[in-house]
Amino acid sequence: MAKFSLKVRRFKPEPGEGPYWENFDVDLDPDLSVLDGLLQVRDQQDGSLSVRCSCKAAICGSCGVKINGQSTLACKTRLSEAKEWANRSNGNSEPITIEPMGNMPVIKDLVTDMESTHWQKIRRVTPWLLPKGDPPEREYIVPPESMIDVTQTMACVQCGACVSACLSMEADPDFVGPAALAKAYRFVGDPRDGERKERLHDLAQDPHGIYNCTHCFACVEACPKGVAPMDQIMRLRRIAGHDEDIDDVNNGRRHELAFVNIIEQKGTLDEALLLQESFAPGIKGKLKPPRGAIKALFDNIPTALRAIRSGKARSAEKLVPGIHPKLPGDAQKHVKRIYAHAEEHRIELNLYIKGEEFGGGDDNEAEELAENELQGKEGAPA
Amino acid sequence: MPTHDVLVIGAGLAGQRAALAAAEEGVSVGILSKVHPVRSHSNAAQGGINAALQEDDTWESHAFDTIKGSDYLADQDAVEVMCREAPEELLYLEHLGVTFHRNEEGKMGTRAFGGASAARTYYVADITGQAIMHVLYEQLMKASGEVARYEEYFCTALALDDAGRCVGAVSRNVRDGSMELFKAKAVILATGGNGQVWKPSTNALICTGDGIAMAYRAGAKLMDMEMIQYHPTTLAKKGFLITEGARGEGAHLLNAKGERFMEKYAPNKMELASRDVVSRAEQTEIDEGRGFPDGTIALDITVVPKKRILEALREIVLVGRDFAGVDITKEPIHIKPGNHYTMGGVKTDFDGRTDVEGLYAAGEVACVSVHGGNRLGANSLLDTLIFGRRSGVHAADYVKGREEPVVSQTLLDDEEAKIAEIVGRERGKGRRVSEIRDELGAVMDKHVAVFRDAEGLQTALETVRRLREEASSCYIDDDGHIFNQDVIGAVELDFMLDNALATCVAAIERTESRGAQYRTDFPDRNDDEWLKHIDLTVNGGDPTVSYSEVKITDWQPMERTY
Repeated sequence: MAKFSLKVRRFKPEPGEGPYWENFDVDLDPDLSVLDGLLQVRDQQDGSLSVRCSCKAAICGSCGVKINGQSTLACKTRLSEAKEWANRSNGNSEPITIEPMGNMPVIKDLVTDMESTHWQKIRRVTPWLLPKGDPPEREYIVPPESMIDVTQTMACVQCGACVSACLSMEADPDFVGPAALAKAYRFVGDPRDGERKERLHDLAQDPHGIYNCTHCFACVEACPKGVAPMDQIMRLRRIAGHDEDIDDVNNGRRHELAFVNIIEQKGTLDEALLLQESFAPGIKGKLKPPRGAIKALFDNIPTALRAIRSGKARSAEKLVPGIHPKLPGDAQKHVKRIYAHAEEHRIELNLYIKGEEFGGGDDNEAEELAENELQGKEGAPA
Repeated sequence: MPTHDVLVIGAGLAGQRAALAAAEEGVSVGILSKVHPVRSHSNAAQGGINAALQEDDTWESHAFDTIKGSDYLADQDAVEVMCREAPEELLYLEHLGVTFHRNEEGKMGTRAFGGASAARTYYVADITGQAIMHVLYEQLMKASGEVARYEEYFCTALALDDAGRCVGAVSRNVRDGSMELFKAKAVILATGGNGQVWKPSTNALICTGDGIAMAYRAGAKLMDMEMIQYHPTTLAKKGFLITEGARGEGAHLLNAKGERFMEKYAPNKMELASRDVVSRAEQTEIDEGRGFPDGTIALDITVVPKKRILEALREIVLVGRDFAGVDITKEPIHIKPGNHYTMGGVKTDFDGRTDVEGLYAAGEVACVSVHGGNRLGANSLLDTLIFGRRSGVHAADYVKGREEPVVSQTLLDDEEAKIAEIVGRERGKGRRVSEIRDELGAVMDKHVAVFRDAEGLQTALETVRRLREEASSCYIDDDGHIFNQDVIGAVELDFMLDNALATCVAAIERTESRGAQYRTDFPDRNDDEWLKHIDLTVNGGDPTVSYSEVKITDWQPMERTY
């Protein structure tokens, strides 16, 4: 047994007062969870503390909260772990802070309105299988890997932790978001679905769709089930932009290609080139702007000005396209080899197949492959 | 007043399946659940779902295994229905989009499970229940036009008309605290089991036996209430479930001396004997001093290839890592038998009909009975789906051409008054809800568990009677309307106590050992006197006991060895 101090963000809607913080001390086995702590508060100190919970085993997805600012499930976070984490970020003897999830209105205490946010977004992606024609007499015959593949997204418990953590959604509340897009991949990746192309077009053309993700990894970190929503979004982009060649009105695909091409050429990102390359690709003199590109380019000028004003882009290499230096020595060759390898092997990070979340370096097949490839070529003549 | 032809209460697998089936028949359907449907406890079913779908398998073999597993207390006509319809139901799920594991040919593949003579368990990694339930919820979203969803509505009582027919229910909208009368021509209960009556339990906090208690209060018979399954592999202290799939994949059970003790108890099936047998074996090892000091047994999964563990037992890897601090691919995990499943429940026929006209029940809340004294692993998902569907279809048929029912407003007034009375109780006078709940859980886990005897059962019964008294004056802290979980907890406690009372009475009544009911004072099965169900009817204090016959078709009771 050990003592823990829980600092809980309370909100009681009925008196109509604003939210406030309240501290509770609990005495529990450090291996028990933050949810166990909250339940002890409710059982012994204040029964009016509201938190959704049911299974206590990270399978029902009810108890999404923010613990020390990090979106997660309260039942999956051990008290000892949360305490250590609080100490690390705020100094010793700090309480464990518990708040309702972000990007959602709060109903009471730790209970948020998931219906108007999370579920509405889930329904946005037509979240049911749309098979082509009549079903077969027996089961659909599909490649075994395909089912393991989509099972990663089936592992989603709809807890909303990723939505809570999503930085893009903070900037654009209409962003379809990590949970719903992971759900979308569950159908796009399912060989039984007959509307794959329509789904991809829909999500690529939506101004709040797949290209609204900024790769911040917050959802990957928050997800308690290893669904890695951002990875699913990247796979949707890869299939939409690369396999299906969907040229979206958001210029998302071209912008992404601009990143890829610049880094392939230079090894690091030449930010000054990014705008030009996104809207009018072809840095080697073949300037062929697509329709609307010039206008879009001009539309982005305020963003560029803000970057200058805020100090993000003031050095010459960030302002003048093309003078950004390449990587020194052989480094650039390595970058190109990684590109070639990725292109050839199309490595997908699927935890169900590779179990990477659990293994150390020795299990990390993708990394190992890349490593071998590089070493193999090291001695060979260029 | 929300009005539907068919009202489904509870939205786990049985409820969602019932709602979809009724809607397909063209009647108007409402489905109401105290939590968001995907939070329902069907999620927790990890290992899989049984069906005799392989070419060399037969439904008769599945039925025999189920009946033998039940210790011959299952009704064989109902078991036949379930096992015959299993393959078709499985294909229906596959066509809806469930991502069942495929073999190398791309067909659905199976894994082995306890008490089964063939590998007939179909699965999605070890999240089978979750995968099926989320797919059914996808279908509910698709059917929004036909099925109205009432998410986070807590039911407090069933409504009967003057003729004694069930015509709706009273419910509290959890979000704003308003109480409403729902009117329906038929009601299907799908509220799940009562695991929270025991502590610890593998069951979620929401499994408080609400439907069993509501049906009982409305006059429906309860059956086989003494039959409570203790699962052989639950995490010590916390009660988390470690799927039987682990043993299905080849994991061993070891005592503290490192012996694979199942050799003594079930030399043929070993770790894959039926659950009551394995739980008793473990408890015997523990009681006789061959367990670990913390009263546990070791489950050694390291004998399963690592790649297979990572793809097929992923959830257990997470449970081990997050909740026990154990890497199951490298070391054994300590487990013990723990409360898991309610075999008994509201007595129904195989169309889901209860003794109250217009009231149906399906899934764990119901007792058809297909599980009898002991449920086989991977038969519970099947039970929810087969009888959920059958209830939905039958209820839809029942309501067709039926006139609008008349529902009395009085019930709503009574229920509102009941809630107001609880909220109005003086703080600090009497006990807290949690104290009574904890005492109930402890006494049930001590005396109404793997091994039982008259003395212990009597102690439990008397404790439950006292707790019922105390519960009538226990107090809560929250006096608000919005998301007042405190008052819901008090009502749930009342439901749990009705469940506990019924179980104690039935367990005292059955003076033999059969399935999960093992009486150390009556250690043998006694078919001459006890090849019958115990039925319970509400009667003020303790329930009235009566009996009904076990339906035997092709399988005469035999001695049960594994």
